[in-house]
Amino acid sequence: MTEGKKRDQTLGLVANNEKGLQVDQALGLVVSGSVEKGTEVRLDSQASVEDMVVGRYVTIAGKKRRFFGMITDISLGVTDPEIAVSPPDTADTFTAAVLEGTATYGALHVLPMLTLGGEATAITEGPQPVKTVPSHFSRVNLASESDMELVFGKEDESRFYIGNPLDMETHLCLDLETLVKRSNGIFGKSGTGKTFLTRILLIGMLQKSRAVNLIFDMHNEYGWMGTSEGGQRQVKALKQLFPESVAVFTLDEENSRRRGVSTDFVVKIGFEEIDPEDISLLRQTLNLTEAAVEAVYQLRRKLGRDWMQKAIDLNDSDETRALLAEMSIHESTFQNLKRGLATIRRLPFIVSRSPVDAVKQIMEYLDRGMNVVLEFGRFRDIAAYMLVANMLARRIYNRYQEKMEASMGGTVAPPTPLVITIEEAHKFLNTEIASQTIFGTIAREMRKYNVTLLVIDQRPSAIDEEIMSQMGTKITCLLDNERDIDAVLAGVSGKNELKTVLARLAPKQQALIFGHAVPMPVPFRPRDWGTAESYKEFTRGNNYAQKAEKDIKDLFD
Amino acid sequence: MENKIAEVIAAGSAEFTAECYELYNIPPLGSLVKTINEPVEIIGVVGQSMTSGFEPGRRPIARGKDEASEAAVYQTNPQLTKLLRSEFQVVVIGHKNGANLFQYLPPKPAHIHGFVLPCSSDEIQTFSRSFDFLNLLMHNEQIPPEELIAAALREMSRVQPDPSAFLIAAGKKLTGLMSGDYQKLKAVLGRLTL
Ligand SMILES: Nc1ncnc2c1ncn2[C@@H]1O[C@H](COP(=O)(O)OP(=O)(O)OP(=O)(O)O)[C@@H](O)[C@H]1O
Ligand SMILES: [Mg+2]
Repeated sequence: MTEGKKRDQTLGLVANNEKGLQVDQALGLVVSGSVEKGTEVRLDSQASVEDMVVGRYVTIAGKKRRFFGMITDISLGVTDPEIAVSPPDTADTFTAAVLEGTATYGALHVLPMLTLGGEATAITEGPQPVKTVPSHFSRVNLASESDMELVFGKEDESRFYIGNPLDMETHLCLDLETLVKRSNGIFGKSGTGKTFLTRILLIGMLQKSRAVNLIFDMHNEYGWMGTSEGGQRQVKALKQLFPESVAVFTLDEENSRRRGVSTDFVVKIGFEEIDPEDISLLRQTLNLTEAAVEAVYQLRRKLGRDWMQKAIDLNDSDETRALLAEMSIHESTFQNLKRGLATIRRLPFIVSRSPVDAVKQIMEYLDRGMNVVLEFGRFRDIAAYMLVANMLARRIYNRYQEKMEASMGGTVAPPTPLVITIEEAHKFLNTEIASQTIFGTIAREMRKYNVTLLVIDQRPSAIDEEIMSQMGTKITCLLDNERDIDAVLAGVSGKNELKTVLARLAPKQQALIFGHAVPMPVPFRPRDWGTAESYKEFTRGNNYAQKAEKDIKDLFD
Repeated sequence: MENKIAEVIAAGSAEFTAECYELYNIPPLGSLVKTINEPVEIIGVVGQSMTSGFEPGRRPIARGKDEASEAAVYQTNPQLTKLLRSEFQVVVIGHKNGANLFQYLPPKPAHIHGFVLPCSSDEIQTFSRSFDFLNLLMHNEQIPPEELIAAALREMSRVQPDPSAFLIAAGKKLTGLMSGDYQKLKAVLGRLTL
């Protein structure tokens, strides 16, 4: 070190860096802390509080190991309360300069989350969760790109680049095979980027997760075209980029045709495919009484598979009255039920007898490794969505169950893992209904039958708590309702700190991910979607996957 | 040692007193001086100084009633420069032994009749790379420490390439030393503006 430089350092004369912070710049020293609450870091006088950002990553050089953590709060402190009472004159820049970093200082609250290196396990198994705190006066630095890579991984055959940790160039990569082993959730209030993020995740899954997707696409955004900026601009969707691995099914052929979608199959649902459970799920939406739902089950038992058609056909006659009396169904109850059933029957995709079995068709595609997007066209009301999604998912799930059970015998291969994507998830997964829907079952059982969920929702507080706690990984965009925030972060360590981070997310295209698929919670900016450049980037992964497959084939041929 | 200005006439571990060779030729308050006690060079800051009559019992009397100016008084009474003397006290703030510089008290005090010399700009710059000496100034008992510290830092800042950066750095060190006494700190800082 040259004499001049040394002197500058002892005197603290190094000017504040105009360009902001350098990665290897020391930020300060640990002055106190606990495992539970995290550590307090006193900022060096050279580092400006204004360069600090909540959510940035830092490393702490402890004596025996390095810690990796996140800045969760930034504060100003004074050593002597009198300074705050009689601060120097505004014109007295000299006194202010002297006090800065000495009697007045910046402080960071850093939550250590992982340890890097140190013990043997950390070297062989990568970053480990923290079980201690760094010792006094450990130096704190901004995390370098190589630290970030150590923590967030590199893109490879199973890791997919979903975005960048806030303010960083590093790629945040998820191991998608790990991700889809459990049900996951994407949350955020309206317009925060859930759909865009889901699309990105789906692209990743269809390339790298070794799972197939079934997407109940309420707003027609995933199959063919999506819109951006409130509908002003069109963006591409899955089939346009991956025609060879995505099929678009539609419930509304006319609408799909008008939008220029190349569809693979038109889904019709026959009366006889509708089960009492499907109706009971719609109790609130269809305004049915408890008794009316009871009646459905009775009618099914009495009238058989054709119960719905027959019930609708029952007219006001003595026979009908006798039949109802036999089942002790009250007249008003029956009227209530009939009104509900009429609503369903008015849905154009409901037919008395379906020519082709939609479930069979979907299964065929899934078995071939094709991802299926089911568009709802104009039928965006929640009753139609819930009815169809629940009905199809239940049957597909049953098929999976059969196949899994068959595979346990050992002669047949288990079915390809399936991820079902649903929107407005709280409608299916609220406490009242979750026990009745197939989605409640899937969410709870952690891929027993190779099926998991990807749920998208604006109101996570309305989702059953137990189901929320079963989700493996959660990604949340901005939420502003306190109850929703609490629901999403329930049970996460460092919840209060993460709340601060969550509340500071930008209103669009920023999210916080935490849970199984990531070593620690990370606020990040999802990759851009919607430009020609972005499509090229996303499909490049595809070529990569294809090339890898080809390489492997070449190896064995 | 052609630039010697005074001679030690009383010496203790933490301070010494020097008498100027020429009446009124007292180095400025806060300036850095040294005296040599081989092999050690004792370095200090000029503190309290005074000029008085030689004989302790005899006080000078007023003589200028009929003179036009102060200078004329001395012209008319050339003996005065022999009857009066200037002396100053030095607060020891460090010492040098060969190439090593220490900002704490020397092992032995200065010698009586040791010559006192002002420190050169280079010496001041070298010495002021560290601010550990501030602690010794703070505990002197001759002059209010705020005054002495401020004077010393102002003197030192004159020879720095970037005086204001120097003063800020010194101020930061003082902030640590005076923590718990913000008013006193403000008093010193208020005296540091150039
Ligand atoms: N990754 C991204 N790339 C480019 N633009 C994005 C991205 N994420 C969000 N946006 C912008 O934000 C807008 C809203 O995103 P999106 O439609 O995904 O919100 P949402 O959370 O699904 O809303 P809603 O709850 O109303 O369905 C988009 O139209 C787009 O302009
Ligand atoms: Mg959306």
